Amino acid sequence: MENNNLLELDNLYVSYGGIQAVKGISLTVPKGEIVTLIGANGAGKSTILRAISGLVKAESGKIFYKGEDITGKNTTSIVEKGITLVPEGRHVFPDLTVLENLKIGAYLRKDNLQEDINWIYKLFPRLQERSWQMAGTLSGGEQQMLAVGRALMSKPELIMMDEPSLGLAPIIVNDIMEIIKTINKEGVTILLVEQNANLALKIAHTGYVCETGNITLKGTGMELLSDESVKAAYLGKARRK
Amino acid sequence: MTLSTLLQHSLTGISLGGAYALIAIGYTMVYGILRMINFAHGDIFMMAGYFMIFSMAVVPWWVSILLVCVLTIILGVTVERAAYKPIRSAPRMSIMISAIGVSYLLQNLATYLFTALPRAYPEIPILKKIFHIGSISSSLVTFVTPVLTVLLAMGLMFLINHTKIGMAMRAVSKDMETAQLMGIKINNTISTTFVIGSFLAAIGSILYFTDRMSVTPFSGTLPGLKCFIAAVLGGIGSIPGAVVGGFIIGICETLLVAFGYSTYSDAFTFILLIIILLCRPTGLFGEKMIDKV
Repeated sequence: MENNNLLELDNLYVSYGGIQAVKGISLTVPKGEIVTLIGANGAGKSTILRAISGLVKAESGKIFYKGEDITGKNTTSIVEKGITLVPEGRHVFPDLTVLENLKIGAYLRKDNLQEDINWIYKLFPRLQERSWQMAGTLSGGEQQMLAVGRALMSKPELIMMDEPSLGLAPIIVNDIMEIIKTINKEGVTILLVEQNANLALKIAHTGYVCETGNITLKGTGMELLSDESVKAAYLGKARRK
Repeated sequence: MTLSTLLQHSLTGISLGGAYALIAIGYTMVYGILRMINFAHGDIFMMAGYFMIFSMAVVPWWVSILLVCVLTIILGVTVERAAYKPIRSAPRMSIMISAIGVSYLLQNLATYLFTALPRAYPEIPILKKIFHIGSISSSLVTFVTPVLTVLLAMGLMFLINHTKIGMAMRAVSKDMETAQLMGIKINNTISTTFVIGSFLAAIGSILYFTDRMSVTPFSGTLPGLKCFIAAVLGGIGSIPGAVVGGFIIGICETLLVAFGYSTYSDAFTFILLIIILLCRPTGLFGEKMIDKV
C-alpha cells in the first residue's frame, strides 16, 4: 500500500464521557500538506486529535500513520513515531522556564538539542529574549509560540494543532498563521483544527468540515472558502464583503 | 534550666526534626505529583523498622541499611502500583480512601506477622557511639540526623531542578496530560516519586528508631500524622517547606517535653495544624493559589 498519505483515519468512532463525540470519521492527511478541520464547538474536532494522540481510546475504526496501524497505541509511542499535538489552550508548563519547556518537548530525544533550540529561537525571537522567564509569565501569544516551539523540539513529521488562535488578538493570530505556513514549508505536515475557519482555510491545502461527529464536506481550502453553505455557517454571511 | 541542658534538648529536637523532615518529604512529594495524601506513608516507615530488625538478625549493619532501603522502596512502589495506579482517573477522594485502606492493611499485616508486642530495634554500633561537644554529649545519630537530612534534601532539590527526570516530575505534577504529550511516561515518573519518598522514609526510620529502640505495628501512626502536619506546615508540595516544617515540629515538641509539658507535646502539634489551616492554609512555603484566566 504505497501512497502519499501520512495519516489516515478510517471510520473512526470515539466515545468520550459517555457521549459519542466522533461518529465514523474518515480523513486523510497527505505528506507535506496543511490539512484543516473546521467546525463549531462540540463538533468532535478536538476529540479526533486526542484519539490520534492516544489520549482517548477509539471505540472502533482505525488510525494509520505511514500505512502502519497505530490505533490504541499509547501516547509515548505515538510521540516517538513523530506525531505531536499542540493542545488547545496552549498548556505550557507555567513554572518551568521557557528553555525548560523547549527541552521537555524533546524529552524522548537523546541527541544534542542546541541546534534545534537555536532554530526555534530564530523562528520565535521573542522566546530567546525570555528564555529564563517562567512560561506562566508570558503573554498568550508568546505562550502559543512556546507551545508550537515545544512541539517542534520533538522533530515531528506531523504536528496537530488544536485551536492555536483561541483567545489571541487578531494581529497575533496572523503571526501564528504565518508561522504555521513557515513550519509547513520546512517539511512538517500539519493537521490544524480551528474555529476561525476563514483563516484556517486560507492557509490550508485541504479542508474538512466537521459537524456533530461527522465529516459533512471536503475540499481544497479555496473550494470551501467559496462554498455557500460553509460561508453561511462558518464565515459569516456572504453579504459582508 | 541551664544553658547546656537547653542546648542538649535543642540538639535532641533538631535530630528528631531531621527524621520528621525526611518522612515529611515523602508526603509532600506524593502530594505534589498525585494531589493526594499518602496515608500509608507512616506505615511504610513502620515496616522499614521491622525490615531493619529482621535484616540485622542475619547480616551486618551496613548490608542491613542497604537491604532496608531496597525493601522499603519495593514496598512503597508496590503499594502505588497495586492500590493507587488502578484508580488513577478516579476522583482524588477515592485514592485517598484507598491510601487509608493500605494504612490499616499494613498495620494489621504487621500485627498478624510480628504480633503487637514491641520488638527491640537493633543497635547500629557506630550510630550509638557517644560524642562530646563542650558540655553537650550525645550519640552520633543525634549529630548525624540533621546533617544527613539537609544533605539529602539538597540532593533532592538538585535532582528536581536540574535533571531530566526532575523536569519530568515537575511537568507531571503541573499537567499530567500535557506531560504525556511530551512523551513522558507518567507511570514511571510517579513510581520514581514513590522510590524517592520510600527511600527517605527508610533512612528516616533508621534514624528515628535508633533513638527509640523499639518498633510496634502502630509505631508509624503518630509519627506519620506529625510528619503530614509538618508537610502542611511547610506548605504541602514544597520540599524545603517539608524540611523546615519537620524541624519546627521536632524542636517544639522536644522543648515542650523539656519544660515539663510532655502531656501536651502531641496536642501541640495538632493545635499547630488547626492554626495553620485557619491562618495560612497554603503553609509557609506553599504554592500561591493564583488563577490566571
